[in-house]
Amino acid sequence: MPTIKDIMETMEYGPAPEAHAEVSAWIAARPVIGHFIAGRFVEPTGKTTEVVNPATEAVLTKVALGSEAEVDSAVRAARAAFPKWSALPGHERAKYLYAIARHVQKRERFLSVLETIDNGKTIRESRDIDIPLVARHFYHHAGWAELLDSEFPNHAPVGVCGQIIPWNFPLLMLAWKVAPALAAGNTVVLKPADLTPLTAHAFAGICVEIGLPPGVVNIVQGDGATGAAIAGHPDVDKVAFTGSTEVGRVIRRQIAGSGKKLSLELGGKSPFIVFEDADLDAAVEGVVDAIWFNQGEVCCAGSRILVQEGVSERFFDKLRARMATMRVGDPLDKTMDVGAIVSATQLGRINGLLAQGQAEGATLHRAPGALPAKGAFCAPGFFTGTAPAHTVSQTEIFGPVATTLTFRTPDEAITLANDTRYGLAASVWSENINRAIETAAKVKAGLVWINATNIFDASAPFGGFRESGYGREGGRAGMAEYLTTKWEKVGKARPAPVLVPDVTPAAKAQGSDIDVTAKLYIGGKQARADGGQSYTVRGKGGTVLGQAALANRKDVRNAVEAAGKATGWGGLTAHNRAQVLYFLAENLVQRRAEFVAALAATGTPKPEEEVDLTIRRAFWYAAQADKFDGAVTATKSNHVTMTVNEPFGTMGIVAPDEAPLLGLMSLILPAIAMGNRVVAVASQSQPLVAARLYQVLETSDIPDGVINLLTGERDVLAKTLAEHDDVAALWYCGSAEGSTMVEKASAGNLKPVWSDLGRLRKWHDSEQGQGMEYLRRAVQVKTIWLPYGA
Amino acid sequence: MTDAFPRMTGTPFTPDWFDTISVNTPAAERRASSLAGRRTVKKDWQAAWLARAITCIDLTTLAGDDTAGRVQRLCAKARNPVRADLLSALGLEGLTVGAVCVYPTMVPHAAKALEGSGIPVASVATGFPAGLTPLPLRLAEIRYAVEQGAAEIDIVITRELALTGQWQALYDEIRQMREACGDAHMKAILATGDLKTLTNVYKASMVAMQAGADFIKTSTGKEEVNATLPVSLTMVRALRDFRDLTGQWVGFKPAGGLKTAKDAMNWLILMKEELGTRWCMPDLFRIGASSMLGDIERQLEHHVTGRYSAANRHALA
Repeated sequence: MPTIKDIMETMEYGPAPEAHAEVSAWIAARPVIGHFIAGRFVEPTGKTTEVVNPATEAVLTKVALGSEAEVDSAVRAARAAFPKWSALPGHERAKYLYAIARHVQKRERFLSVLETIDNGKTIRESRDIDIPLVARHFYHHAGWAELLDSEFPNHAPVGVCGQIIPWNFPLLMLAWKVAPALAAGNTVVLKPADLTPLTAHAFAGICVEIGLPPGVVNIVQGDGATGAAIAGHPDVDKVAFTGSTEVGRVIRRQIAGSGKKLSLELGGKSPFIVFEDADLDAAVEGVVDAIWFNQGEVCCAGSRILVQEGVSERFFDKLRARMATMRVGDPLDKTMDVGAIVSATQLGRINGLLAQGQAEGATLHRAPGALPAKGAFCAPGFFTGTAPAHTVSQTEIFGPVATTLTFRTPDEAITLANDTRYGLAASVWSENINRAIETAAKVKAGLVWINATNIFDASAPFGGFRESGYGREGGRAGMAEYLTTKWEKVGKARPAPVLVPDVTPAAKAQGSDIDVTAKLYIGGKQARADGGQSYTVRGKGGTVLGQAALANRKDVRNAVEAAGKATGWGGLTAHNRAQVLYFLAENLVQRRAEFVAALAATGTPKPEEEVDLTIRRAFWYAAQADKFDGAVTATKSNHVTMTVNEPFGTMGIVAPDEAPLLGLMSLILPAIAMGNRVVAVASQSQPLVAARLYQVLETSDIPDGVINLLTGERDVLAKTLAEHDDVAALWYCGSAEGSTMVEKASAGNLKPVWSDLGRLRKWHDSEQGQGMEYLRRAVQVKTIWLPYGA
Repeated sequence: MTDAFPRMTGTPFTPDWFDTISVNTPAAERRASSLAGRRTVKKDWQAAWLARAITCIDLTTLAGDDTAGRVQRLCAKARNPVRADLLSALGLEGLTVGAVCVYPTMVPHAAKALEGSGIPVASVATGFPAGLTPLPLRLAEIRYAVEQGAAEIDIVITRELALTGQWQALYDEIRQMREACGDAHMKAILATGDLKTLTNVYKASMVAMQAGADFIKTSTGKEEVNATLPVSLTMVRALRDFRDLTGQWVGFKPAGGLKTAKDAMNWLILMKEELGTRWCMPDLFRIGASSMLGDIERQLEHHVTGRYSAANRHALA
């Protein structure tokens, strides 16, 4: 024991343990953590696994691994509670959410300590970050419950939500899932991670304490198999998953075609970009808050540090010096910066990747100082000498170690930043606001922090681009994930296309005596089908109308490539895009009679109405082009938090067989109004209307490649589009089987799919055939955080 | 830990070291506010840190009604900052403050009262607090204070030169002040509450160090805003950059607004985290304060007795 005089010289911090007697007693009284179903704590019957404190390796208790039967009883409880809960006035639900928020605050110390013991994260973080954000999330969503009817007219709750959450922010992820679901009027079955079941169990206690109606929140403990049972349960209407991209893909395939709404918040390898004009000390501190936050077990962690060459050595020197002051150890000690990795297995995985990084030639810099003898501790660090091709540059380490790269110019920084399958977050450090915002605009990520990192707020949507998943949590965009438009599930089944493509010669076509050659429209040019085949198109009474090009895989490839090159479209002003849409409408008006006749020949009922509605729809989306805007959200003081609606890039569109003009254009127009380029597959049975349409497109100043039109066998082309990794989103209006097929195929790059499950839509009805849902589905929300201060 | 180091000499005027600097204010505020959440000290460690803070205090009186008697009383407190029974319980007999800081005309009284104690007398000078008297008078004032027995001189910079970007002129003035100080150590008060932006604070810090300031100091205590953690963070980072560039060590003195034991802890944590343990020692760290000592005394008594203390149990300064 050093004397006070000694300490005056060493100026050591000494131990500062957080008391945990009450929490430990609470755990000790629970030899098995069971489920919470229909408002009751249920004694588990099946298998269990140990719950370990990763910092001490002590076995805390056991947790039940929920069986299919237990999942089923939880889903039944949620279903039973749904009618009454969803029928409550928003104000009544708001009262419950408010009470939960209050009770989280009343138990903040207990929950913080419990989270730290279970997960290994430092008490500072659970106390100052996790738990306050949990309370904030429930407060915020109490507000959405209150305002639901006025803010989301014509929407309904989805139903029973199956929610699967990870171990890195156990209670916070619970809050992100449960709060919006309940606010919107859903009931939930939630599965915590088997590594960290404790705070969810304590949360169940809060539900009891505030008198939440039984069955509104059900918690089934368990592992991956339990999660799969929840996701796959036929009576679950919505699946929300946060976790690895790998499991996200499995879930996507598992529930393909089920009609379940899906949101995925997956992995990341987020760039942390330091420009030469950055405040380097601030950026170094940013690294601390990025990759050394929560032991690096953060999906949105800035794990790829990109530094401009001229300042890289100085930056790395500063980073090394800062790293030396990081304190790693007992997470219950209030002076620790880094606690324990969640489990020994996870630590092993991290160490394996670190060894691989070194074997591939990178240099690993680690914080000096001994680690505790016991427990899953991992010293913070960073690599230098990593190249984009190295495993550690591409794979999420999910530990407190970043890779680094240097760049020469802002362009190169953006290229390197976007050289990843993921797109969750980015952090940009520059004192030049032009450069910072330019980078924020160009980086492919759902979240961008300028001169900051890892700042969260319930009102700021959180979620990724690309293989980081889709859907948002928080704010208005987050609420939309738990609501559904009332019309979407009511349509009758769509009949199979009346026309099966036949490439053999048939009867002479009616009409003009000069032969008409309908081609594909790719990159602004009419193109013959790659396969050199056309199919006979028949109209009313089976008369031959002509031949349409039969596109194949390669035509899809060419069209996607052409769309990929039309990058200027998204960069145009919304006003410019609106002008193009107005001009398109104008040209359609000029050729109205021709389209009416063409539609009439196909046997389409009310051809005049279809043409007129198409023209109106072009006007409507032209009007929306510069009005469907993002927002500036009130998050924290002295922060501008912007939500920007960004186009996906290239979208695949598979048009319905019916309404060959209106159906096709109702899908194309919102997509391009928002700045996307599209590869559209026209009505299989009536493709000649599309072939006529490209003549209008050619005269309407639509830049080459913005709209590409394919004709042919719907599901063959849809499959190629769904599988294509360079197609960022897909809308599909085909059959139920086709919906299953495209949703399954979309798992490759995890593109969001909007499929109608083979239900007919009333295209003539403006509630179903146009509207905000189309616009919302045509964009991905990017949240940009810009703290300010002179 | 407290090895001697060569007195800093300054450098030629080198604007390259600060011309393009831009301090990000929200990031500095974020770091400053997270420091106290990241570190804490308890029990014996807390007592030791508080005792360390006492050794770093420049016990200060800078008021228009200062008298010889008032200064003598302050000096007596400087010699015996904590009740003897408490010091003995803590094993810290002989603990004193870092210095006593007064106006130039009070220096002789302080020098006399502190004779033989080893506690240096610090004097403000150069037309404190505004610093707008003519330069020859300001330099003469330094020489006067040194002649009267001040071992440390707290000068104020000409804010106009900083606010209008006349860094060379500011450098030249401070250089002359440093020469006037002779062997007395010079603390350059930047009056950061007047400079307003952290970027100004960084630049002024760099210029003062280049011109030979042994310490850089935040405030006179008379500005609207005194020492804050973000300002202090900016100054110690400038100091660290200067150290890395030149190998010369410069001290830091926050002043004004530090009133509680908790403040002392926060600033010591800042020093330890940003600069290291060596910069927690009184030859490189001072706290300009008058009422802080009373709060620390109460905390130390609580540490010894386990009972919360009252102000009237401790001698007035």
